[in-house]
Amino acid sequence: MRGLLSILLLLPVLAHAEAPWRLSEVCPAGFRPEQGRCYLQSLYGEYASLQDSGVGGLKTGLPPLREGFTPQQIDLGRLMFFDPLLSGDGTLACSSCHQPSKGFADGRGLSIGINGQLAHRSAPSLWNVGFLKRLFWDARASSLEEQMEGPLYSPIEMGNSPEQLLKSLNESAAYPPLFKQAFGDSAISLDRIYTAITAFESSLVSLNSRYDLYANGVHEVLSKDEIEGMNVFRSFVARCAECHTPPAFTNQQIAILGTPEPDGHAFDSGVQAVTGDASQRGGFKVPTLRNIEFSAPYMHSGRFETLREAVAFYTGGRGHAVPEGEKLNLHWHIWEPNLTDREVDVLVAFLKTLSDESFMPPLPSAVPSGLRPVIDGKSN
Amino acid sequence: MKNPIRLGLLCLGLLCSMPSLWAADIPVKDGESIQDAVNKASPGDVVLIYPGTYKESVYIDKDNITLRGVVEEGKWPVLEGEGKRNDAILYSGNDFTVEWLTITHYKGNAIMGQSGNNFTIRYNKVIDTGVYGIFPQFGKNGLIEYNVLSGIEDAAIYVGMCDNVDVRHNEVFDNVAGIEIENTRHALVENNYAHDNTAGLLVFITPGLPIKTTFDVILRNNFVVNNNTPNFGAPGSIVSKVPQGIGIVVMAADDVIVEGNIVSGNKTAGIVITDLAFITDISSDPESEPNPDRLVFLDNLMFDNGADPVAEVKALMLTQFSRTGPDILATPGSAQEQDNCIINRERYTSFGVKKWSECERKSTADVLSYRIPGGAPSEPVTATNRTKLLYQGICAGCHAYNMRMIGPPTLAVQALYRNDAQGIADYIGEPHKVRPDYPAMPSQGHLSPELRKEVAEYMLKVTK
Repeated sequence: MRGLLSILLLLPVLAHAEAPWRLSEVCPAGFRPEQGRCYLQSLYGEYASLQDSGVGGLKTGLPPLREGFTPQQIDLGRLMFFDPLLSGDGTLACSSCHQPSKGFADGRGLSIGINGQLAHRSAPSLWNVGFLKRLFWDARASSLEEQMEGPLYSPIEMGNSPEQLLKSLNESAAYPPLFKQAFGDSAISLDRIYTAITAFESSLVSLNSRYDLYANGVHEVLSKDEIEGMNVFRSFVARCAECHTPPAFTNQQIAILGTPEPDGHAFDSGVQAVTGDASQRGGFKVPTLRNIEFSAPYMHSGRFETLREAVAFYTGGRGHAVPEGEKLNLHWHIWEPNLTDREVDVLVAFLKTLSDESFMPPLPSAVPSGLRPVIDGKSN
Repeated sequence: MKNPIRLGLLCLGLLCSMPSLWAADIPVKDGESIQDAVNKASPGDVVLIYPGTYKESVYIDKDNITLRGVVEEGKWPVLEGEGKRNDAILYSGNDFTVEWLTITHYKGNAIMGQSGNNFTIRYNKVIDTGVYGIFPQFGKNGLIEYNVLSGIEDAAIYVGMCDNVDVRHNEVFDNVAGIEIENTRHALVENNYAHDNTAGLLVFITPGLPIKTTFDVILRNNFVVNNNTPNFGAPGSIVSKVPQGIGIVVMAADDVIVEGNIVSGNKTAGIVITDLAFITDISSDPESEPNPDRLVFLDNLMFDNGADPVAEVKALMLTQFSRTGPDILATPGSAQEQDNCIINRERYTSFGVKKWSECERKSTADVLSYRIPGGAPSEPVTATNRTKLLYQGICAGCHAYNMRMIGPPTLAVQALYRNDAQGIADYIGEPHKVRPDYPAMPSQGHLSPELRKEVAEYMLKVTK
């Protein structure tokens, strides 16, 4: 009886594995097709921004998005994103640390890589990542293609190598025909892998939050407290909006805040380790705040468990958490705003109006390798 | 609207967009709330604020709203922050005007814009208010005139990351920085009286901001006098590093023209030109070009500057055997080359301008304004067009008119519901999977039933 049950349970998987994979022919939600390629359709499409900077106020154009991929490329990227075939030992997928249910982060201070190794920093959310021109906390990559080589080949993250990645995809039965659907022929190259995953990541847009409705004239969707929080957010006392600038809620600059590390962790020198420039010691890229509600814990090493703690950091006093003996060029907006408890509360309430997961991509029940897709950090 | 003809003429003169035919005056009296009036206002309306004390912060996220104080026999409406409120006026709407207000004792800024094109800020008195007095940010096309500001611990008037702004006829005194043009292009700073600040006029690039340039700035016919107030900027702020006693600072900005100013009595120097090395203790930004280039110094009246310079300037001047600061100082390494120019240089005491060429241009009389004729484009969001905006912005991301996207074509939805807008409104509030070959639709339940119905009605009428 038990044997029969296992066979019955296996059957759908086998059936699926044998059916030919078809990549989606339609653009993901929020994207309209134009000559076979997908372009963002959003509330912000008609707005300009000063110097095309993608920063401003409520009704401001977005930064340029990585778009113009085909539906098939995006869908292929989606399947690879959840496929543990992409890691060195077949246990980890991109989705291990970028989990859909956790704002495409992983709910951890420091992420866990291959063989249970701890990564150096916290996995960032991928919502709206296609708008970013610099990637990683220390901004060391300037494209998603460049970025993904980091975790794919890091011996403490996915632990793969370019050679093995190409080999395993080529040797799988399902992938070459999928690359043909996405790129016209079945050749699998690193560039094509990166393009497809970039295409998928760039499709993760979140621009239909209640905040966005407010910004576009539907003022009644925010409560009195949330509006009060928004006004604290953009006030020149809290100054949040000076760096977390709408509409992307990041100005994409480097800022030195002097946030504390988790207990027992050495000070993270941030951008300085990349550029060698001592004036950038402790600098990190300003992250977006969209869907921030879902991606706790916060800051580069997840030092703050809750949004409230993260917000309260900014009213703790300029440099209050800088270790003794560290000399940091703290950002000029880090000052002494003396926010009241109520202001911190309404700020948190406002941050939750930035939540929108309506364009969550479909989570695959199977992936082309035949391995079990990694959904929410677990192989399903 | 008391006098529609005069208001119309005023608008023509100011290039503001025409108020709608239904524009109304909304009076606010002492004891009432300005914010309540703003909440009631529609584009084109004027909120009239009568003399009294208003203890509130006011935000304006609508287009084409005017806040106008009513001054009666010297009695002004006063916005009072009591040292505990954040900003007095926070606007994001386009075509915003604020005038005839006294603003005092706020923790943050008196008047702050975040985007908002075609702004007008005039006839305001700002006294002893927090960080900045007037601070438009990310705005295109603005006018700041006839304001009087004092006691500000940073810049009294701070034009930050804007384009096409005229700043004229303002008085700024007893501040750290008088008027600051920062990461901004096409600014005309004219006929202002900047006195008794730490520094009078500043044209800056601040590194680390998302918009990186400052260029095409004219400083013309200003009085820049006796700016010797000890620096009382907040620790860590950029202006806290500005030495006292400077009339004009040009840092890293390009194509700055200085003409017709009276610059006198500034104890360190009349004009200081410098690169980004001027501010220390700041994270470097490789995307910010650090050098001031192509400066143009036309005729200015400068005297009595540099009587008691700060130590760094004193040391520099000693190399020229002088104990006093100069009228014009280009710091070593900054703007030393002949792409900069000056006329009648022999009239001034100077440092570092030896190689500057003779200017071909002798006057800026051809430039009357840097604002944009006709204004910057701004389509206001109104109750009538927001339905279209929501349809285009949200629904059309999944539904094309006659083509399959992630959702079924609008035509198919129209065929299914015919005239039943309520049916669509109910469905999108709580969608369930209907078509097996399409994914489930995300709920729009956060929209009110009325708004869902408006959008549904719009969807039924879409024809392409």
